[in-house]
Amino acid sequence: MRVRNKGRIDRSKPVSFTFDGNNYRGFEGDTLASALLANDVRLVSRSFKYHRPRGILTAGSEEPNALVTIGSGGHQDPNVRATVQEIYEGLEARSQNAWPSLEFDVMAVNDLASPFLGAGFYYKTFMWPRAFWEKIYEPIIRRAAGLGALSGQPNADTYERAFAHCDVLVIGGGPAGLMAALTAGQAGADVILADEDSLLGGRLNLETLEVDGQSGAAWAAGVAAQLNAMENVRVMTRTTITGAYDQGTYGALERVNHHTSVRNGKAPLETFWRIAAKHAILCAGALERPVAFQNNDRPGIMTAGAVRAYLNRWGVAPGKAITVFANNDDAHRTALDMIDAGVHVSAVIDSRAEAEALGAYTLIRGAHVTNTGGRKRLESITVRSASGAQNIATDCLAMSGGWNPTVHLTCHMNGRPTWREDIASFVPTEGAIPGLVTAGACQGDFSTAACLQAGAAAAAHILGCDMADVPVGDDCAYRMEPLWAVPGKGRAWLDFQNDVSVKDIKQAATENFRSVEHMKRYTTQGMATDQGKNSNVQALALLADATRRGIPETGTTTFRPPYSPVAMAALAAGAEGKGFMPERFTTSHVATKERKAPMIEAGLWYRPSYFPIKGETHWRQSCDREVGYVREAVGVCDVSTLGKIDIQGPDAGALLDFIYTNMFSTLKVGRTRYGLMLREDGHVMDDGTTARLSEDHYVMTTTTAAAGDVMRHLEFVTQCLRPDLDVRFASVTEQWAQFAVAGPKARDLLNGLLDAPIDGESWPFMACGPVSVGGIKARLFRISFSGEHAYEIAVPSRYGDALFRALVKRAEKLGGGPYGMEALNVLRIEKGFITHSEIHGRVTAFDIGMGRMVSAKKDCIGKTMSMREGLLDEDREQLMGFKPIGPVMQLTAGAHLYEEGAEPVAANDLGYFTSVAFSPTFGHYLALGFVRTGAARKGDRLKMVDAVRGIETVVEVCHPVFFDPEGERTRG
Amino acid sequence: MRLPCPLCGERDLREFYYQGAAVSLTRPDPDAGADAWADYVHLRENLPGDLEEMWHHAQGCGAWLVVTRNTATHVVKGAKLAMDTKRADTKRADTKGART
Amino acid sequence: MRFSGLRVLKEGLTGNKGWTPHWRDPEPRSEYDVIIIGGGGHGLATAHYLASVHGITSVAVLEKGYIGGGNVGRNTTIVRANYGLPGNSEFYSHSLKLWEGLEEDLNYNVMHSQRGIINLFNSDGARDAAARRGNQMMSQGDDAVLMDNAAVRKLIPYLDFEQTRFPIYGGLYHPRGGTARHDAVAWGFARAADQRGVDLIQQCEVTGIDIVDGKVRGVQTTRGPIRAKKIGMAAAGRSSQVAAMAGMRLPIESHVLQAFVTEGLKPCIDTVITYPMGHFYISQSDKGGLVFGGALDFYSSYAARGNLPMAEHVIENALTLMPMLTKAKVLRSWGGIMDMSFDGSPIIDKTHIDGLYLNCGWCYGGFKATPGSGNVFAHLIATDTPHEVAKGHRLDRFRTGRGIMDEEAAGSQHNLH
Repeated sequence: MRVRNKGRIDRSKPVSFTFDGNNYRGFEGDTLASALLANDVRLVSRSFKYHRPRGILTAGSEEPNALVTIGSGGHQDPNVRATVQEIYEGLEARSQNAWPSLEFDVMAVNDLASPFLGAGFYYKTFMWPRAFWEKIYEPIIRRAAGLGALSGQPNADTYERAFAHCDVLVIGGGPAGLMAALTAGQAGADVILADEDSLLGGRLNLETLEVDGQSGAAWAAGVAAQLNAMENVRVMTRTTITGAYDQGTYGALERVNHHTSVRNGKAPLETFWRIAAKHAILCAGALERPVAFQNNDRPGIMTAGAVRAYLNRWGVAPGKAITVFANNDDAHRTALDMIDAGVHVSAVIDSRAEAEALGAYTLIRGAHVTNTGGRKRLESITVRSASGAQNIATDCLAMSGGWNPTVHLTCHMNGRPTWREDIASFVPTEGAIPGLVTAGACQGDFSTAACLQAGAAAAAHILGCDMADVPVGDDCAYRMEPLWAVPGKGRAWLDFQNDVSVKDIKQAATENFRSVEHMKRYTTQGMATDQGKNSNVQALALLADATRRGIPETGTTTFRPPYSPVAMAALAAGAEGKGFMPERFTTSHVATKERKAPMIEAGLWYRPSYFPIKGETHWRQSCDREVGYVREAVGVCDVSTLGKIDIQGPDAGALLDFIYTNMFSTLKVGRTRYGLMLREDGHVMDDGTTARLSEDHYVMTTTTAAAGDVMRHLEFVTQCLRPDLDVRFASVTEQWAQFAVAGPKARDLLNGLLDAPIDGESWPFMACGPVSVGGIKARLFRISFSGEHAYEIAVPSRYGDALFRALVKRAEKLGGGPYGMEALNVLRIEKGFITHSEIHGRVTAFDIGMGRMVSAKKDCIGKTMSMREGLLDEDREQLMGFKPIGPVMQLTAGAHLYEEGAEPVAANDLGYFTSVAFSPTFGHYLALGFVRTGAARKGDRLKMVDAVRGIETVVEVCHPVFFDPEGERTRG
Repeated sequence: MRLPCPLCGERDLREFYYQGAAVSLTRPDPDAGADAWADYVHLRENLPGDLEEMWHHAQGCGAWLVVTRNTATHVVKGAKLAMDTKRADTKRADTKGART
Repeated sequence: MRFSGLRVLKEGLTGNKGWTPHWRDPEPRSEYDVIIIGGGGHGLATAHYLASVHGITSVAVLEKGYIGGGNVGRNTTIVRANYGLPGNSEFYSHSLKLWEGLEEDLNYNVMHSQRGIINLFNSDGARDAAARRGNQMMSQGDDAVLMDNAAVRKLIPYLDFEQTRFPIYGGLYHPRGGTARHDAVAWGFARAADQRGVDLIQQCEVTGIDIVDGKVRGVQTTRGPIRAKKIGMAAAGRSSQVAAMAGMRLPIESHVLQAFVTEGLKPCIDTVITYPMGHFYISQSDKGGLVFGGALDFYSSYAARGNLPMAEHVIENALTLMPMLTKAKVLRSWGGIMDMSFDGSPIIDKTHIDGLYLNCGWCYGGFKATPGSGNVFAHLIATDTPHEVAKGHRLDRFRTGRGIMDEEAAGSQHNLH
């Protein structure tokens, strides 16, 4: 019901929206909750466990009941708090967790069975028969549980992530926050003022209090205007600080467009901010707590502060006959504001015997509300006082058990709040978050005057500046007497969403779940979407009572990030699809795509799998053909993705000697050498070739996968172990485009392209040096990863595309062409060359037959630890080659090896295959793999079992180099 | 978390790579024996409290840092260039060696 | 008291007044045969099996906070036996078999749900590694199904098979994998151990280990000294602190691993899914919350809380893999202290001190190991010989290089398994 002349809604701007398919109207400035109340909609949801009818409880993000689903399709947003969602034209909201409808929900039958469904009942039953858990019990429980539903579709909305930095982050824009921001802003600091609400002012917008002789709301609007005009102050409304992290980092969720119908895919719906703040001032206010009494959960029972918030902010009276039940003076304001606005107040029930009426309403002192009537909306309350029990008709009960400072953020770094007896609640512990101070109601100072003063003082203190002029505000004392639960029968609810009652807490205590954490986990108290904001303190107090301990002795409440739930879309904005990680493209990418080569991921890079030509229908056809290019003519392959590190300086050789197991300082200028690199624990880290271009200039290549690791490793060694070395290096992976030219006609190809021809004498195997291609300075390396006569030619990246096209064109003239990863893999397996499939992190130089590459003449990284007895054991699995000799000729990578007659069980396991390929050169499959005792088994027959693929065969153990073991073709 | 790079100033955790306790600066001699090597590569004090540890400013200047950070609270007490620390250690060891 | 559906019914009809404590809160005695340091999942399970398998009931579990307050109550609840390396493979296989009879053994519904777990892979090489692992599992007698893209689409059609950055080649499916209600596991073991006479001593911090002539004599605690013939350390992330009391340094670094849960949602994910690109894993709890996690934050920590970069990265994994999760809202994030060993595998061994036993190095795999760990640790303590399935989990393997089980192949230099 709307009330004239109240609220800060714009009555000239009506807004239409729907709830559960019904059309309603509200006004601009309404939340969904205020608009529903204005339309006299009371029942908005069902509770989680018992599906009890629930209405709106609060007016803020702490709302446990009024969770709805907004929108549909890719916009569908479940579990939206109606108390936060502002309405816009066309908004569609639906209730959740009820079937077939909110009004008639069959799951409400659970409520009747509640004696059997108390705290922890499921731990004690459903154990028999065993198979029933997954098949019967669990599916039923799962279907009944859950709140809203995901649409099952990708996001149709846009989200963003951003960084911000400031001197002072002010969290909360109520009286304390406004004064803190004003003080800091006037002192010239870079200030961010963030508030959840769409308006600055906090409770000043929800109360009828005055500041400096004007309405609190008007004063707040004035300060907001001042702050908005300051260049050094950034005001972020609709922004929740979600978490406090190390070194002044805060997470913040800005709801940029939730209040509008803008869904154009451009403007973000939400932005998740990471704010680095030198100082922070928490001015997050306080949250009112309900009182537990029988049936305190009926729609129409709300917190007292929320009831007057709806009146003062949104011009809505949540009932026609209001009653108030409280243990403190503050809640009496609800009655006063209602009467002022012409709304009938039936009675104020105050649990304190000494309470006094603050206005013209009926006060029942020393009394409790002991029960309520009305199922889907409140109809009456039962009040018990010294003079007996009476029923009072009411459709809205405003309850208040006092206020809890909003300490949540101060718990995010393990800070435990401190109990304060006078307000019967927790306040932040000083220093809980380094760099953060607290001010105002979140510190337990509940009067407006105290908040205004504390905010200004906090900012002045941390900046060492003067306070902004502190206005005059209301300064009445906060008087309360603790009241957690009204004694009596029936179920008195604490955690409204999770249906946790006072009885559950007592039962938990009886069953010896005495620690707060035990009680919480056993009863699910505080584990609902409000994370106990409305109920944890009461539950703790009741647990203390049930276990006959004081509250501080019983424990404390703690909270973890985020303060209120944050959409995954916001926390990881941009990560959908390809946005997950960067994409790296080689210079030949375009030319490769033009040839319709399927691309595969190699780390962040994309590389061609194979280059199909007309008539080929299977990748193997392409692959076999490309292998043939290299074995019979010439093939071209982009190898730019391998890491390239340019190393220069007088001690470059010494560095390489220390990094690699073998010697590089002795390498001749103009020559290239294969090197093996260990981790300090003695296992193989990486391998590659390193070329010596001049006396103090080397170029190292790494595998594609380990390029970053090796670079970091070099940084570590040169800075942390050997700063004495005079050497500098830089990654040049992206600066050079490099192509393998491999095959018997490789030299022919190059000699048509290089400005000066080469021959075997000037460019023997493993030679390297400068060449010129079309006037461009290039580097040529005579190295081979295929076992053929081969080169790699490198040019500055800007010429990569042109060179690749030229190389391929010439290769095709010579009967060859480009080859991809599949062919590259076949070629290297035929030749027994290893990749990270073999050096997978668990192998030693010894295991891969390179033990002799660990130079005895010098120390190197990993050498000492590689000599541990267990790493040199002959019994270790060692690299060997394998070929099929059974009736089944297929080999598969990942298959395990056993003695031919042995059972394929773990105890008999001898090894496994790491790489397998069909070799067109040999006409059958080849495998590389590891087998126990390795070389000693050469010539043995073993059984290969690939149980997951259902393949079993017999293989012969061979030397891992199948093709040209003497290396004649490479050298020729 | 934010770490103070002596070269770049305070930077976000995202820019750094971690590599454990700064014992890795004191690599034993090859013939120091199995105990010294087991110590160096595998055994750690690993107690809550202040720890000197290695961080690499991988997405920044590339410097390895010795950061003093409390592993119980994450409070950072300072950061030095690992290269400076190593050089100072080496010098100290050399001087000591010269005396004995 | 024996728990059953009938009991729940009877109590429900009589006002739920007959329930009794799940466990006692005894005063510590002056001496026990065995003291277990650490009242987490592993410590409680060890006590249970000491009593139930070995008949050793003069046992105290000393817990500095409240039982089950460590990683057993902070994990993402996944239970599986899909390890690829000999040593670990048979251990986790053993553990899963214990899970499969746990409810009957404990008379407690730990809600062990064998809903299946699928490890996705994103390249040919990763498929081959998955095949190797699957073959190891099958040779161990466990179940494994190597699925191609089409089979994965059928099982979990809601993944992004078109646009995701690293295409899904397939997955290794482990039907017997699943989840369990983590707190219930701690409570079930605690209650069962208590019923056999084990003393669970909460709020009792061990402050010293008494060693005389190379042999343990007992412990000093905040509740006074307690003598014991044997002491088992099962302190997970705080293992180094406990071992330091015995003058030991361990091959362990303590790291923080974050975990996350969303608001309750109607059922949308029926299996456990893991995605290798960022160590991401996710399942949906029976209450409807999506429970997920990823890699370590990557810095030593005892703070049991993490920072935003890894939190965001974990969720980036979720979005590229399952764009339908986009509007799910993260309700809570937390952290646990992981005892990261240098090869990613646990240590269950005697120490050089007579009567002092070590159980640590669980990295982020401790929850699924709970029954297995307790079972083999109890065996070690009771018999002084390693259990058949845990004989490879030696403390000296790093020193000798023999029997290193490097699951993630990351090596000790980075110690980030």
